[in-house]
Amino acid sequence: MSKFNKKNKGEIPAVNTASLPDIVFMLLFFFMVATVMRDNELKINNQLPAADQVEKLDKKDLVMYIYAGKPNSGYQAQYGTEARVQLNDKFSEVSDIPAFIYAERESKREEVRPFLTTALKVDKETNMGIVGDIKQELRKVNALKINYTTRIGDVSLN
Amino acid sequence: MARRSSPEVNAGSMADIAFLLLIFFLVTTTIETDSGISRKLPPIEEDQEDVVIKQRNIFTVLLNGKDQILVEDELMDLVDIRAAAIEFLDNGGGKDEDACDYCKGDGDPSSSDNPDKAIISLKNERETSYAAYISVQNELVAAYTHLRNVRAEDLYGESYDGMMKNYRDVNWPGNKTKLKEKINRLRKEYPQKLSEVQ
Repeated sequence: MSKFNKKNKGEIPAVNTASLPDIVFMLLFFFMVATVMRDNELKINNQLPAADQVEKLDKKDLVMYIYAGKPNSGYQAQYGTEARVQLNDKFSEVSDIPAFIYAERESKREEVRPFLTTALKVDKETNMGIVGDIKQELRKVNALKINYTTRIGDVSLN
Repeated sequence: MARRSSPEVNAGSMADIAFLLLIFFLVTTTIETDSGISRKLPPIEEDQEDVVIKQRNIFTVLLNGKDQILVEDELMDLVDIRAAAIEFLDNGGGKDEDACDYCKGDGDPSSSDNPDKAIISLKNERETSYAAYISVQNELVAAYTHLRNVRAEDLYGESYDGMMKNYRDVNWPGNKTKLKEKINRLRKEYPQKLSEVQ
């Protein structure tokens, strides 16, 4: 009779967790593939304005980012409250933009360089003066394709 | 003689390691793509010739330092700009070779000749806020899109937005070359002539 008495009576068997790593790895691979690393730490306020007539910027490797806005509260003591330009990780002058564009172009493959777009991520509180200056610098280096990056929403939110 | 089987590797901590990596990627992930209003800046030309453009073909929008909008020197609310721009662009007041056979406007001789000639000139001051500027840009782009939509409905029975969506969709089964031709025709009939004065 011992043949039929192997199982413990009345005790619930522990849940088998052997496949847990598999599940987690699956999630892990999803996020690894979908990840784009945050490459810029923002040192400025960057509340984008809203618009609804927008186009998507889907090829991220063909986009150069120029940020502008008032310095964050942590940097206001050093840089004041006037709107500033941020390129990569540091505050810059408008006159640094051509060098930045050349460096960005240099870092891309030659065949994709004509398709580079400049995305202007400008805080909505900023005055147009600095935006006009940025555009003028971009024209000087022939970086004519620009994109005013916005949130998607109705303009009445602005 | 007993063959000793090698001890099994303990895989209990595998899940912990995987979780650690997972959390790292969760934190660094930004899935959303950016979107915005695309524009093309005019190139700097060495010797600029002054092109004479008739006053009636220019629609001036001025944003002053107090974010007030002046359309053709008259104060206007943001919500009215779209309709005003549509009326101007679709006027079709031209005659003979400037005539516009697809325009639906009033044909007012003191407004634009045809959409190809009609230019919207957007002017801003240094003190204008960026939010106001984007709002106006958005409304003007919306005016062009509206006209293209209407024209596309007339010609092909679908909207311009829908056609653009199909064109970008990789899995769309239709003929993309033909679609591109249609889109180009619409773009040619209602070209975005938006000049930004420095």
